[in-house]
Amino acid sequence: MKQKIGVYICHCGTNIAATVDCNELARFAGTLPGVKIARDYRYLCSDPGQDLIKKDIRELSIDRVVVAACSPRMHEMTFRNVLSAEGLNPYFLNIANIREQCSWVHQDRERATEKARHILRAAVARVLRQEALTARRVGITPTVLVVGAGIAGIQAALTIANAGMKVSLVERAPFIGGHMAQLDKTFPTLDCASCIFTPKTVEVARNNNIELLVCSDVAEVKGYVGNFTVTIKKNPTFVDFSRCTGCGDCTEACVLKKGVPSDFEESMATRRAIYIPFPQAVPLKAVVDKESCLLLSKGKCKKSCVEACKATAIDFDQKEEMIEKEVGSIIIATGYDPFDPHLLPQYGYGVYDPIVTGLQFERLSSPSGPTQGEILLKDGSVPKAIAFLHCIGSRDENANLHCSRICCMASMKQAHLAKEKTGAEIYEFYIDMNAFGKGYQEFYKRVREEGIYFIRGKGSEIFKRDGRLVVAAEDTLLGTPIEINVDMVVLGTGLTARRDAERVAQVFGISRSADGFFMEAHPKLRPVATNVDGIFLAGCCQGPKDIPDTVAQASAAAAEVMSLLTKGEIEVEPTTASIDPDLCAGCKLCIEICPYSAIDFLEMKGISAVNEALCKGCGACTAICPNKAARQNHFTQDQVLAEVEGLAG
Amino acid sequence: MKIDPKTFVKDYQLNVCIQCGTCTGGCPVKFRSPLNMRRLVRETIFTANLSPLFKRPELWACTTCSTCSLRCPAGVKNVELIMGIRNFLANQGEVPSTIRDALENTLLQGNPWGRFRDRRADWAKDLGVKILGEATTETLLYVGCAPSYDPRVQNVSTALVKILQKADIDFGILGKKESCCGNEIKRMGEQALFKKLAKDNTNLFKKSGIKRIITISPHCFNAFKNEYPDLAIPVQHYTQVIADLIETGKLKLSKALNLSATYQDPCFLGKQNLVFDEPRKILTSIPGLEFAEMERSKHRSLCCEGGGGRMWAEGGTEGIRNGEIRIKEAHALGAKVMATACPFCLLTLEDAVKISGLTDQVVVKDISELVVEAM
Repeated sequence: MKQKIGVYICHCGTNIAATVDCNELARFAGTLPGVKIARDYRYLCSDPGQDLIKKDIRELSIDRVVVAACSPRMHEMTFRNVLSAEGLNPYFLNIANIREQCSWVHQDRERATEKARHILRAAVARVLRQEALTARRVGITPTVLVVGAGIAGIQAALTIANAGMKVSLVERAPFIGGHMAQLDKTFPTLDCASCIFTPKTVEVARNNNIELLVCSDVAEVKGYVGNFTVTIKKNPTFVDFSRCTGCGDCTEACVLKKGVPSDFEESMATRRAIYIPFPQAVPLKAVVDKESCLLLSKGKCKKSCVEACKATAIDFDQKEEMIEKEVGSIIIATGYDPFDPHLLPQYGYGVYDPIVTGLQFERLSSPSGPTQGEILLKDGSVPKAIAFLHCIGSRDENANLHCSRICCMASMKQAHLAKEKTGAEIYEFYIDMNAFGKGYQEFYKRVREEGIYFIRGKGSEIFKRDGRLVVAAEDTLLGTPIEINVDMVVLGTGLTARRDAERVAQVFGISRSADGFFMEAHPKLRPVATNVDGIFLAGCCQGPKDIPDTVAQASAAAAEVMSLLTKGEIEVEPTTASIDPDLCAGCKLCIEICPYSAIDFLEMKGISAVNEALCKGCGACTAICPNKAARQNHFTQDQVLAEVEGLAG
Repeated sequence: MKIDPKTFVKDYQLNVCIQCGTCTGGCPVKFRSPLNMRRLVRETIFTANLSPLFKRPELWACTTCSTCSLRCPAGVKNVELIMGIRNFLANQGEVPSTIRDALENTLLQGNPWGRFRDRRADWAKDLGVKILGEATTETLLYVGCAPSYDPRVQNVSTALVKILQKADIDFGILGKKESCCGNEIKRMGEQALFKKLAKDNTNLFKKSGIKRIITISPHCFNAFKNEYPDLAIPVQHYTQVIADLIETGKLKLSKALNLSATYQDPCFLGKQNLVFDEPRKILTSIPGLEFAEMERSKHRSLCCEGGGGRMWAEGGTEGIRNGEIRIKEAHALGAKVMATACPFCLLTLEDAVKISGLTDQVVVKDISELVVEAM
């Protein structure tokens, strides 16, 4: 039977038409073998554009369609649906990408048009050989894994759990809450962070649909959308949580009296080797840090903690545990690491102790922090002048180029708190004031009214003179270099991707953008999706954001997950591989190379066979098979060769 | 070659400037001259007729210490802009007369002071040093101009020879054939002369068959390490060599000096080339030497104002010199010795001692001199 191909060339406004002569391309397409009709149109993805194709299918009995337009990632589904609507098998469609691979990357119209001809000829040659395929439908496991229990992970987990689905919430730290748990008050409303946050953490602990796993990491992820198998590594806490009452007697008894720096207190205070991170921690349980515990690190301790524990909860024999779970979807909410200002030595961080980071200031200012919320210097005195330096580690080629978005507001909020608590003279050294959110400009005005001095100039360096800190900068609005004496400096340290972001990206198979944060599927239209179906992002792991944006994004990720999981089943691309039993010699090369363990060896017959449910259609087996027995739907040898010949011809 | 200053915006990436003032805020001459790096960048972008702008005397106040460009968050090449402007002025013959003399002297005699080329190695006459060409060796001690001619700095050259001899290092110098490295020449604006010196020196080094170079001045070290395009010979500053000799036990410091010392980081050794630890390692290895760090050290060290051609410039700055600030700082710290590892730091700081009236209380010494005393 002779095929009747319809070829449709999209102008994409001027995106394609400005560089490629679409009219000429349509004329050329008409000369290719098997082409019944060739048309060009301004926007093929629009309704009238789609109708044009539908009409031809009906009236001209078109049975194969080539659309020369943007990347198939954009609109392949749109046009497949056009074919389906007219009763054609959707796999009789082929997309020729003449936008991303042609018009967008060239300037010379003549030569770009010539290249488009080649791309089009290849597409037509290929579509002639395409076969009808039927999508598979697979069931979905209606449970969710949320990785990271900061405000993003908590919000997502609660939203999904409240909809009645089961959630596994995995957190690396011994407590939930992430960085938000460390904050004193929040901008611009000055709500106390714990007051608005604690109800949420308590709800997580109480919700029957949430299984909380602290001190845990995700070690491995297998499977695909709707059917992931995840392996969670539960690190030993050396405390039986089912027995521990959170009384703190063990901490009191711990012989490590001098303690080690507390992560939660940003090293502004110490903790023992067995400790409860902070009084409002959820879960309120003690954990043992094996690095500082004398028994676990040196093998020698009188175990005063075990003696002190009336609940007999301490168990030094606890081992690491691997837990396997089946989930339909995953939300990654692993947060950020604060920028380490040691990397910019001009600011003297680590040299002078009254120089602190933004998070350290939060702990100083927090009523539950090491100074019970008083802003004090090491000697116990109240600072008379404080400088806040913006953009430390952000918008800086020597550190991170991105804007961390929250530091301008966080600095101003801290300036307000410092003014209120100390009455000190306060200087804000800034480059540009990024007060972009609701109520933020109003807050900026409020702190100006409070008499805080704003100096437009980035802090250049900090040193000590006559016992006081000196911030050197330029007042760029006056054009004058200045040196201001202060007693304390707060560095507006930026937000960076987690140090282990690369490892986490590899575990989940997701990408990272140039700034190191995880990459969304589309920066505008799919901001919470990733390049892996079924895996979504929430919060600062995708890029710096404030609490309102984080909560909004977490809710969006939860909505995406729920819309996916409530479907019950999903369509899976039929572009899987198969092995022709008559050609297979049983050499097992395909089994070795398959990254998804989707090929089994049938001992009885002495041949290999593909498990369709596991096959992702990567094509590795078809490339390695010496007998050409492995064959991949939609990417068969003759289809690919025809395409190559078309390109070359 | 005609230079069009209109290309400066592109050449030195001025358009990326966000006018944050980090450059001006950290500039060591910010209170000593009207030079304002941030404003200069903006003016170069927006001024139609650049010639009058470039005639401002403060453009010669820059010491090229590079604090501004090293800290610039936007990637503006500030110091290269200064060098570009000076190159433009040199091409037009509009450089201050003292600078012009230094450049001409270098062309004629191979050193900016115009001392006779033939007398370059006089200081080494009685020291039994190999002269390359007359003898062969794999290690070149590149002496440099100030250590060859300046009587005060000659003492550093002599000290270094004694140290290398004591450690049984087989080395030689180039003698009369040695020429200026060109580091300061480039910074004073004569980029063509710098290229010529780089080419001639590279050829001379290669012909001599040497395998490594040790420099006395951090300025020569910087030129060879970063700015000679075809020099494929490893370069070390002498502090790196001595620190290594001490570490490996080849040089033993046995005499106790019983003094307190601090250290001035030379900009071309420290912040520009990140050699911070070796000089300190040497000082703390000297028996009886009590080492104290000044407030502004390492990346935050305050420039002595000896670089960027300032040794040959007259005026252009006012008020208290950075050298004086440093000497007073050392004195307040209780240091009897201000140690450094750069001929220019040595000279500017010694001047500052005299001006500050602290002659009896603070002595400026090169690290090599202290090492010889402790051997």
